[in-house]
Formats: sequence, C-alpha cells, structure tokens
Amino acid sequence: MSHHRIDKRFADLKHAGRKGLIPFITAGDPLPEATVHIMHALVAAGADLIELGVPYSDPVADGPTIQHSSERAIARGVGIKQILAWVSEFRQIDSTTPIVLMGYLNPIEIYGYARFAEQASMAGVDGVLIVDVPVEEAEAVAPLREMGLCEIFLVAPTTTDRRLAAIRARAEGFIYYVSFAGITGASQLDTAAVRARVEHIKQGGSIPVAVGFGVRDATSAVSVAESADAVVIGSALVAQLAATSDRDSAVAAAHAFLAPIRAALDQAVRR
Amino acid sequence: MSMNKPIPVSDFHAYPDAQGHFAEYGGIFMPETLMPPLEELTAAYLAMREDPEFIAEFERDLKYYVGRPSPIYHAERLSNKIGGAQILLKREDLNHTGAHKINNTIGQALVARRMGKRRIIAETGAGQHGVATATVCARFGLDCIVYMGAVDIERQKINVYRMKLLGATVVPVVSGSKTLKDALNEAMRDWVTNVADTFYIIGTVAGPHPYPMMVRDFNAVVGREARAQMLEQYGRLPDVLTACVGGGSNAIGLFHAFLNDREVAMVGAEAAGDGIETGRHAASLSAGRPGVLHGNRTYVICDDNGQITETHSISAGLDYPGVGPEHAFLKDSGRARYVGITDDEALAAFHELARTEGILAALESSHAVAQAIKLARELPKDQLILCNLSGRGDKDVHTIAAREGIEL
Ligand SMILES: Cc1ncc(COP(=O)(O)O)c(C=O)c1O
Repeated sequence: MSHHRIDKRFADLKHAGRKGLIPFITAGDPLPEATVHIMHALVAAGADLIELGVPYSDPVADGPTIQHSSERAIARGVGIKQILAWVSEFRQIDSTTPIVLMGYLNPIEIYGYARFAEQASMAGVDGVLIVDVPVEEAEAVAPLREMGLCEIFLVAPTTTDRRLAAIRARAEGFIYYVSFAGITGASQLDTAAVRARVEHIKQGGSIPVAVGFGVRDATSAVSVAESADAVVIGSALVAQLAATSDRDSAVAAAHAFLAPIRAALDQAVRR
Repeated sequence: MSMNKPIPVSDFHAYPDAQGHFAEYGGIFMPETLMPPLEELTAAYLAMREDPEFIAEFERDLKYYVGRPSPIYHAERLSNKIGGAQILLKREDLNHTGAHKINNTIGQALVARRMGKRRIIAETGAGQHGVATATVCARFGLDCIVYMGAVDIERQKINVYRMKLLGATVVPVVSGSKTLKDALNEAMRDWVTNVADTFYIIGTVAGPHPYPMMVRDFNAVVGREARAQMLEQYGRLPDVLTACVGGGSNAIGLFHAFLNDREVAMVGAEAAGDGIETGRHAASLSAGRPGVLHGNRTYVICDDNGQITETHSISAGLDYPGVGPEHAFLKDSGRARYVGITDDEALAAFHELARTEGILAALESSHAVAQAIKLARELPKDQLILCNLSGRGDKDVHTIAAREGIEL
C-alpha cells in the first residue's frame, strides 16, 4: 500500500526528533517543463513530503497567488494526465519522498474516479487532499482509498469536536490543520491559538498534524512547528517561483527559498 | 454516474435528504472551514421553516412589501396570433424590484436577522440578485456587500448604480473570467474569511446544502400561488409549465408545487446563446455533464480536464456554467425536460410579447416566452401553458438597443 510512504516518513521524523517540512507547488507553474526539476530541488533543500497542486479554474479556498498560478497552468493545458506523468518521472529518481496531490474535486470527477485511482497509484502518488470534499462526502472518493491512496482531511479553526471525531475516524496519513479561517496566502497567523488547537487535535489520537495557511518564512515555520509535526508552505513559495522566467531560475529559487527554512526548523529542534 | 437512466420517484417533495442530496446530485462539497457554519445554517433554517412566527413574518413581507400574489395573466392576443395552445403568464415581473429574486432575498434576510448576522454578502451576474439583496438589506438595516464580475459591471452599469443608491458596496471581481461564477468564488472567499459575523445570501438554487433547498422553499410561493390560481381561474391545472433556467430558482419556484401532479408536464428553457453546436452557450443541462461546482454535484459546463469553461448568453442572468442540483435530478428522473433557446429566439420572443401584450420581459424570461411560443404551436387550442415571466425587461433595454445597432 502506497500510503506507507507517508506513514513511514512521519515515523522517521518522529524517531529523529525532527519536524516535517511540506512545500506546496502548483503543478505546471511557472513552467510545465520545470515541475519535476523543482520537486527534486525541494527534496534536496530538505522537503519531507511534496504537495503538488492540481490546477482548477474555481479555487474557492485560494487567495490571488495560488489562483493566478492555477490560471497560468490551465492556460498551458496542464491536467491530471500530465501531472501523473510528472509524478512517474519524479519516481524514477526518488522512490521515498511522499507525494500528495492537492486540489478540488471536479477535475478528478471528470477524469473518472476508478481511472484516476488506478493511474495515480501506479504513478507513485501517495495521497490526495481534496479541498472541497468534507468527511460527509468522502464516499465519493472511496475508489481512491481502495487503491491505497491516502485520504487526507482538513481541520479548521471552526471545526467542532463532533466533526473532529468524524474526521479523525476517517483520516489517513496526517491531518492538515488550517491555521485560520480564511484563504491561502493571507497572513493572520496567531501562534498561540494554533498551538492550542493543534494540542487539542493531537489529544484524540496518534495521527500526525501538519499546519498550513499563513506559514511564509523561517520565523513563522519555527513558531508553528513548536506544536505541529509538520509545516506546509504554499503561497510564499509559489510567489517566488512566479517571479522566475526559466527552468533553471525556478529550480534555483525553489532551493534558495526552502533551504533556510529547513535549517531554521532543524536548529530550533536542537535548541 | 447514471446519465440517462430514469430514476423512479414516488414523492418528489421528499427531496433533498438530510445531507442535501437529490439522489446523486446536490450535497455539500465545501472546504472544512465552512462546514460548521453550513451545519449551523441548516439547523437554524429547518427550525425557522416550522416556526409559525417566521412563516407569518415572511408572508407579511411577501404581501405588503413585494406585492404578492402576482397574477396569472392570459396572453390572449399572443395565443390567438400563434393559433395553438393558450399561453398564461405568471407575472413575477410585477414584484417589487421587478423579478422573482426578491422572494428569496426577503426569506434569507429574515434568516440572517434571526441568526444575528448583520453583515450580508451576495454575488450577482446581471445585477438583479444584487439589487434584490441591496433592497432587503436597506429594508432590514443590514450591511450589504455585493461581488460582481468586472465584465458584468461594465455590462450592467444601471444595476450597479441602483445597488449603490440602496446603500450597498459593489466589489469588482477580477479573477478568472470576471463574470458570475467568479463573483460566486469571491463571495465564498469572503465568507470563509469573515464567517463569524457574515451571512451569504446566494441568488439561486445552487451552492452547498442547505442553499438549493432553502432558496427553492422561498421561491416555491410562485408555484403554490399559481396552482391555487389555476384551480380558481380555470378549474384545472395547466398542461405544461415552462420557465427559464439559469441557476434554476424561478423554474423550481414554479415547478415545485406541481412536481407530484404527474399530468403536468414541465420544460426548462436554458440559454443556448449562439447555438449549442457553436459551443457558445450556457446550457448546462442540455449540453453539460455531471460534475461538481460551487459546493454541489450537478450538470456543469467544463472541459476534459475538469476546468469550468466560459459560457455565453445574451442574458447575464442565465450566463452560468452550472445549474441547481434539483434540476439535474428532475432531468435524470425524466420528470422535467430541458431545452436550449438561442439569443435570437429569445430576442424574437421579447419583441413578440412587447407588441402583442404590451409587456417588456427580461431577456432571461424571454427564453421562457420563446419556449412557450414553441409549445403553443405544437399543442391544441384547449391546452394551457403556464409560463413563468420571471422578471421585467427595463434593465435590458440598453443591451437590446446595442444588439440591434441603435444608439440611445
Ligand atoms: C428575471 C430573471 N429571470 C431569471 C434569472 C435566472 O435565475 P434563475 O434561473 O435562478 O431563476 C434571473 C437572474 O438574474 C433574472 O434576473
């Protein structure tokens, strides 16, 4: 089962006393030919898991940075078929870094659940986080789970305990805690509030908790990692990549952005 | 996913189920942050709709503020000219603000007020729902923010100004295709960010549960009234109902009370734009496929990568790439059928109704009139066609003049 790659990664992190670092990029942005190279660069810079965004025309949970990166990728015709081919290509060199596809349901629904499940798992995808599939509608994506793709769920500041229990009962791999009620790319991180919520989520079980939204640099990553098992960085990285104009500069920017955050996280843990 | 296999249904009024599903359509496909407020809204609304005081409040405003009931008018000269079945018009154009949209905005504003939410957001395409929302916010003293695509703001300047006169803030949306669907996206983003004090008044029977049910309930007054008026004025039910379908709120409003009257046929008129074969249309049910958009599963217009594509219609109010999930269910169950009406057919019907009956219909409603005319040609003289005249056409005179090369 492929989600063992995610479980193993979190187990190894825990064993080593390290915090997970999860970069998010939109597949195909800034340039389709750069995506696989950027993924390798992120791993080289210390990524523990990669979230690969599947572009969608109507991303209601995303702010302008990720909206625009999706629009650019869509304009270049990027779709699931190509993204899965990139994952296969990545896997020829890297067989250990877990990959989670993150996006919205319609592209998968139109692709076909069974077809997507089979091809994604063959390509080496480990999990899916579908932003607009709450636990109530999770049966829609049952074929993905059956093919061994890990179903990752969001928990929000608004999530009630009743919902949290239902999510915990279904979640695999890790729980993605959204640090504030808002869209990606906003900056309203309240570290104390995040810590309280993360500790509350952790009380109920052993599943790791990653925190995303509002993490943009080494400082915010370190403060969130005080309570979280892993941190997710999306918009800030996507914005760096958007400012590049060719493959090599995109790859260099990805590495330059992530490496200092990795170093800061490791240093904070050692202290 | 079954597409054409009819679903046997014993009671159409039993839908949706507790999770908002109309068979395989509908549901709640939303980010987790909005799930608790949606649960809260569903619980609050379900309690209110059983509360006699709430119902009385709603009905009082429909009567004294909106001006209900709206009459059923026999378009006799039009019917005689066609020479076939009789066309009857349900005159939603005579409501305050000039369309059916106010039925729903009054209802939702009352829900918002009872829930203690004083900041109202809404999306709008043509501006009709925006005007109806701004109107009720003024009426109830609520703050009103309307999201509107930058392209639509350019196309509908008069409605933008009307909203401002009513005290609303109109926020231009520059993402995506800068039209109605993007205004909806932006309103959702506002809601996710300001969820504690904000109520989102959605303008049609789309969005996540409970919106398709709640908006339908508030517009169902149209069909309830019409059913009683038919029995009173004609001693029988109509043979066919017809209504235009954008998101589908005026159509479901008319259809709902008749759904279990199996002898009453129902036809929804979608915007076929330049013609379905050109790809420039907004006919989600006639030419789209099952998918997920704006929180529910329904028929959508999208490409093979699942990207929602741009739609086209002369009427901004029908220019939407999805449709309410209950219509998807009615289509698959065979209870209603949905057909496309082109821009040209709608325009011709607009002129025909203006000249024969002295009624300027909204371009949206003109699609329903065009379909009623088609049906009348096919059916015998003693048959009754009830057409929902969802709105008046004053807002569209500039569009029509421009289309016909006339400078005002
Ligand atoms: C007069 C009129 N009719 C119909 C519509 C379409 O909406 P619905 O399909 O929800 O009735 C609109 C939308 O703006 C409208 O203004």
